[in-house]
Amino acid sequence: MAANMKAVKLRIKSVQSTMQITRAMGLVASSKMRRAKDRALSSRPAFEMLRQNLVEIANGNTDFISPYTRSGKSERWCYVVIAGDRGLAGGYNANVFKLVEAEAAGKDYDVLPIGKKAVEYFKRRKKEFVTEEFGEAASISIGDCFEMARLLCSEFRSGKYGHIALCYTNFASMLSQIPESTALLPLEDFGEEQKEPVRNLILYEPDSETVFDAIVPEYLAALLYGSLCESVASELAARRNAMDAATKNAGDMIERLNLYYNRARQAGITNEIIEIVAGAEGQK
Amino acid sequence: MASTFHLQVVSLDGEMYNGQAQSVSCRTIHGDLAILAHHMNYCTAIGMGPATVVMEDGTRRAAACIGGMLSVMNGECRLMATTWEWSDEIDIERAEASKVKAEERMQHTGISEQDFKMAEAKLHRALVRLGVAKLK
Repeated sequence: MAANMKAVKLRIKSVQSTMQITRAMGLVASSKMRRAKDRALSSRPAFEMLRQNLVEIANGNTDFISPYTRSGKSERWCYVVIAGDRGLAGGYNANVFKLVEAEAAGKDYDVLPIGKKAVEYFKRRKKEFVTEEFGEAASISIGDCFEMARLLCSEFRSGKYGHIALCYTNFASMLSQIPESTALLPLEDFGEEQKEPVRNLILYEPDSETVFDAIVPEYLAALLYGSLCESVASELAARRNAMDAATKNAGDMIERLNLYYNRARQAGITNEIIEIVAGAEGQK
Repeated sequence: MASTFHLQVVSLDGEMYNGQAQSVSCRTIHGDLAILAHHMNYCTAIGMGPATVVMEDGTRRAAACIGGMLSVMNGECRLMATTWEWSDEIDIERAEASKVKAEERMQHTGISEQDFKMAEAKLHRALVRLGVAKLK
């Protein structure tokens, strides 16, 4: 009995220290999240306007000559996947990867991973990377987004990829983060969302090709930056929720173990009394 | 009363302006341009330069506007800039510092073409910011 009690005591201690860690991680995530959330919310109007513009342009245009507007001959896809740098964030990373697998099923594709977890995951899957330069999601700035956009543009223009798409996690609220995917290039891929019955005629100055060549890298960079902000906020929110749940579970576990420990202690005492009484009886 | 149109300006730092305006002017890759009410559907890319918005009540506000796109759709104007800083929000000291830094870097011999281009762009941005800050 005594050995069992010692084991329970040890177990309680280990659960307690785990709880300390999960609580600390939860606190760190929630304080970081506030900043990330502000950033995500402030980049959102630009993000939405961009999408709207592109849908309208894609719907309204017929005479595209820019290489960005029509899909190339290549059937190869490139997926930009934004995941986290660390685990312990509930289903955050797994959900994004699941989405990528579902989206890319049956397609021939390469990956541009953002975040250490994405690099690890696709390395295991033996996928080819466009670049591994952006392995750390936390340290990516606007400048990096522009560089990434330029890289994607040149790869697309060279004809290596026929389509480029992006998978990220949308920060819907503190409690729900939804993995989503969106087309990046060609612009044609945007047109499917809504078909307007009347075509809007647009004047491009100096001409549509020049305009697109100037806009597309910028639009890509802005889109990447926006979805990166959303993903970082989502990751922190997911981690906070996971750590909250873990802390709560640890509390429950400690309670149960304490109950068990006390019961064992009581049983031990009762046993001792019985032995003493029995011994006294025997003396008579 | 001049007629107005709906103007929305957003940058990556958030929404900068959303409301009625009499006109908006900025520098595009093709030269300076001003949009008035009832403009036809239009789309162009923005270069680097000062931008001016004339509000509904006739007040004028200048801003440094760098990169992005401008589109007019069905009478509504949307300006999506990479950076958009109102003249009274520009950090002059920071712009001065980055101007000096960029100039120094360009003085160096033996830097790669890429670095030179980046320094040039940085200098250009700093000059636009300084120019706009003096406008008010």
